[in-house]
Amino acid sequence: MASALFFYLFSVLAVASGASVILTKNPVHAVLFLILAFFNAAGLFVLLNAEFLAMLLVIVYVGAVSVLFLFVVMMLDVDFAELKAGFIKNAKIGALIGGLVLVELLALVGYKGLAVSPVMSPSSPVPAADSGITNTRALGEILYTKYVYYFEGAGLILLVAMIGAIVLTLKHRKGVKRQSISAQVARGPATGLEVVKVPSGGSVIPPPAKHPEAAE
Amino acid sequence: MLDTLQTFMNDYGWNLLVLIGFSLLLLVVLLVIIAFLLLMDRKVWAAVQMRRGPNVVGPFGLLQSFADLLKFVLKEPIIPSGSDKVVFLLAPLATATCALASWAVIPVNENSWGRWVISDMNVGILYLLAISSLGVYGIIMGGWASNSKYPFMGALRSAAQMVSYEVSIGFVIICVLLCVGSLNVTDVVNSQKTGIGTHIGLTNSLFDWNWFALFPMFVVFFISALAETNRPPFDLVEAESELVAGFMVEYSSTPYLLYMLGEYVSITAMCAMTTILFLGGWLPPLDIWPLNAVPGIFWFLIKVVFVFFMFAMVKAMVPRYRYDQLMRLGWKVFLPLSLVMVVITAAVLQFGGFLS
Repeated sequence: MASALFFYLFSVLAVASGASVILTKNPVHAVLFLILAFFNAAGLFVLLNAEFLAMLLVIVYVGAVSVLFLFVVMMLDVDFAELKAGFIKNAKIGALIGGLVLVELLALVGYKGLAVSPVMSPSSPVPAADSGITNTRALGEILYTKYVYYFEGAGLILLVAMIGAIVLTLKHRKGVKRQSISAQVARGPATGLEVVKVPSGGSVIPPPAKHPEAAE
Repeated sequence: MLDTLQTFMNDYGWNLLVLIGFSLLLLVVLLVIIAFLLLMDRKVWAAVQMRRGPNVVGPFGLLQSFADLLKFVLKEPIIPSGSDKVVFLLAPLATATCALASWAVIPVNENSWGRWVISDMNVGILYLLAISSLGVYGIIMGGWASNSKYPFMGALRSAAQMVSYEVSIGFVIICVLLCVGSLNVTDVVNSQKTGIGTHIGLTNSLFDWNWFALFPMFVVFFISALAETNRPPFDLVEAESELVAGFMVEYSSTPYLLYMLGEYVSITAMCAMTTILFLGGWLPPLDIWPLNAVPGIFWFLIKVVFVFFMFAMVKAMVPRYRYDQLMRLGWKVFLPLSLVMVVITAAVLQFGGFLS
């Protein structure tokens, strides 16, 4: 009974905040509503006894992805009048895509039926609830044995994406003075100090400074 | 209707009441301890600089934190007219709530009465990681909603800083978890009953704890914890010498108090995490008579206060990092170091097998 109560609480909040993401005018508020939706999805996972997935959802999506969303959106200078003008211009294309998705959804529901069968057919044996095996362990035992190649493959794809992003954005600018901490620490009286004899009545033109970072 | 209520109370209600009672107990004890830790922070800072620190309110200034509390609560909250009012007030609440939420899974003792923890969930460490990664939202939201330049700069810095250091904290925690083999926080402490100390003949001693076996990771975790909680020398988010007070410039009165409270609660939570992951939680340092007769809760408190003392000493002694140095330390030093240590720890456990 309590779990049903929490199910309705989380799902109503998730749907409402999901709707608010596209209905609210301020993009920062939209991202904040998105975060609320993630939280409620995590709550639903907890109700399903999938606490590992719930924590992963919060760590990855709320803790990292949404921070970057918020970071970018906050720095945008949004002109609402311009946004509304674009809305009318693109309304036809938007309606077309939305209609297509709606037709696909209706076709799927018509084919499968709305009632999702509660009896699922898992491809791997599910440990019994009282066997003492936590779902973290169960997930790990499947991921690292049966699906190990897919898992490693997914990791490689992510690595390629990461290296690609670094290669695309990395550029070596000339003339940037960078700090070399080891050079600074290694600097002592022998290299950093120079005694110059100034002849009386004369002057000395100092030689150009020999800083380690100027060599770049 | 009455029957339904009866069943509901029997199934959930009494557990709920007990849970609320324990949570309130933890909350009150925690807040009182934090009031004195705050004073200790200022006293240590003063002692390093050869000042007296707060010494007027109460004997030795012991009531200073309570005087500050009253002062903040009784002042008028000022909300800037150009701010986003809802987000502006939500931000300090989010900071304080997230910080307090992390204490739900932190166990403070285990004895014949059971485990002294609000929620003994089996993914406790992941929960702590998730909650500590949420701390950034209070800062970003406050900085953005203030609609002012300095807070916004502080918010941008905090977003980059806290995300960077979370990566190395995550890898350090993975190292510890490899040795422990469980995500339950109480199991993490209990696994430190045996370790290297047992192999060198000092059973149940402080050499069994993870700090000895994983010393480099202990150092990395401590420094990352400083950065994650925006403590000096990594307090670029507030940086009073350049950003005035960073994301908190526009805050006053109770919202400001909530920010301060959230900051100190998350600092104590980080101290407790250091204690649990590396310093053996409530285990006594040596298994000899006067030490192992002391209740575990005292050992836990002593260790937390010790880690907090180190936080305070670092604040007093180390000058603030520059922003590019902070990023270099996080990404170019700690990330490779912790990544290599994960590999080394896994290799030692797989082929040596003497740590577990």
